[in-house]
Amino acid sequence: MSWMDRHVFLERNSLALMIGIVVVVLIGGIIEVVPLFRQETVIEPVEGMRPYTPLELTGYNIYIREGCYNCHSQHIRPLRDEVTRYGHYSLAAESMYDHPFQWGSKRTGPDLSRVGGKYSDAWQVAHMIEPRDVVPESIMPSYEFMMKKGVNFHKIDKHLKALRRIGVPYSEDMIKNAKNDLKVQAYGSDRADTSGLEERYGETVNARDFDGQPNIISEMDAIVAYLQVLGTMVDFETLPKVESK
Amino acid sequence: MVDKETKKQDVDKLSGVETTGHEWDGLQELNNPLPRWWLIVWVVTIVWSLWYFVVYPAWPTLSGATKGTYGYTQAKELAESQNEILKRQSNYLEKFETASFDDIMNDRELYEFAMAGGHAAFKENCATCHGTGAEGGKGYPNLNDDDWLWGGKVTDIHQTLNDGIRVQGSYDTRLSEMPAFGRDKLLSKTQINDVVEYVMILGGETDLTSLPGHLVYQENCASCHGQNGKGLQELGAPNLADDIWLYGGTRKDIYETVVNSREGMMPAWVNRLSQNTIRQISLYVHQLGGGEE
Repeated sequence: MSWMDRHVFLERNSLALMIGIVVVVLIGGIIEVVPLFRQETVIEPVEGMRPYTPLELTGYNIYIREGCYNCHSQHIRPLRDEVTRYGHYSLAAESMYDHPFQWGSKRTGPDLSRVGGKYSDAWQVAHMIEPRDVVPESIMPSYEFMMKKGVNFHKIDKHLKALRRIGVPYSEDMIKNAKNDLKVQAYGSDRADTSGLEERYGETVNARDFDGQPNIISEMDAIVAYLQVLGTMVDFETLPKVESK
Repeated sequence: MVDKETKKQDVDKLSGVETTGHEWDGLQELNNPLPRWWLIVWVVTIVWSLWYFVVYPAWPTLSGATKGTYGYTQAKELAESQNEILKRQSNYLEKFETASFDDIMNDRELYEFAMAGGHAAFKENCATCHGTGAEGGKGYPNLNDDDWLWGGKVTDIHQTLNDGIRVQGSYDTRLSEMPAFGRDKLLSKTQINDVVEYVMILGGETDLTSLPGHLVYQENCASCHGQNGKGLQELGAPNLADDIWLYGGTRKDIYETVVNSREGMMPAWVNRLSQNTIRQISLYVHQLGGGEE
């Protein structure tokens, strides 16, 4: 088989070998990368998804900073026992505004995709301060410092702007009001006018003093606001029902 | 090396195996073929992958991904495996769905079915706050006793589970707001101290009318908690005359409650769990110890 001996030519011409390698890598790269440009074709549209509010986004950033994804997944697989425990399986659309997505790959702690609304704010705060106070067998670290650490929101509008550049539909209005929206959401409707926030992010947006400390917008406010919205945006009533055979 | 004249590979004299013709410093590489069985398995996997490619969803295209000829989706597979369980439970489920709480409690089989389901669902959804044994904790009521904030009938428990307590944005949720007497400056510090003192001994035999806290209590607290401090379940006002304290019964705890109010919150489960599951948990919690008729 003399054509099998052609490799001798490539092995003796470094330029030809280099071109050959580039061609092969390009083919692999195109096959991996091109589908990503058509990602929207595999994200089934659903009702209710919205970008995170500035406060929730701050919480999301803290979630990444603290490496929560190392122990918590945000991806309910379509398996019977998982759906029974955690609720409706995760949809592609539910993480389309997460950059990067927080699916995770390990469950030292439980999945958090639908933790929003499952526990009260007070529970979340108590659990973050000292997990063993409410779950004796927990091995989660304590995040008490978040109670005292104020949220750094001076650059929050820039976060929104950056996300808009990669496709998250933040409007000009949202970016302009980012700082104020963040404050208003942590104050709640008792102490601030939430109409603007609701107009921009929908009426179901949670606006209240999440950490129970009215005098500070702490990182605890942000992380709890983020946790309380997880998995609650999609209206599952509107989804087409899957029939089995 | 291929011999120019015979067109044959060189053969290693020692082992009798063809060489690949590659030579490094006099060392030659033998051209041993792959084991036949290995080669067959390899070819089979390639054929299998081609089959897989056709029948299952596989290849991304510009307008989505190929669907595969089997019409397989994970969602369908899930629905099938869920139906399998539902079918197995249908003996009980069909009756359970339509039966009233009274009927279920009188039907031993159905009741046991509800207990089994309620127990499992309680462990996953309720135990996180109320404790594995439903013993509760500070801010989370003990469900084993007969001291109920919002009523201990199974229908009361069902309503609490459905709509929760103080759920933001819900019209059906159970709602009561104790004023923050200290924070909002409704009472002076002396008045608060007096009323805390009064509440601590409320419920005993002694006549309290002469205490300085009596008037403060009757004017500010009695409308919800009752003149004798027995509480009022319609308003979710706790009984202050007994020795059960949701947020602790020390002077400091009660002082904190009067100054800032507590307003504990329980999530609504109506959109999170199925009605069957919520009814099972209602029955389970009802029989934990304090269920009322």
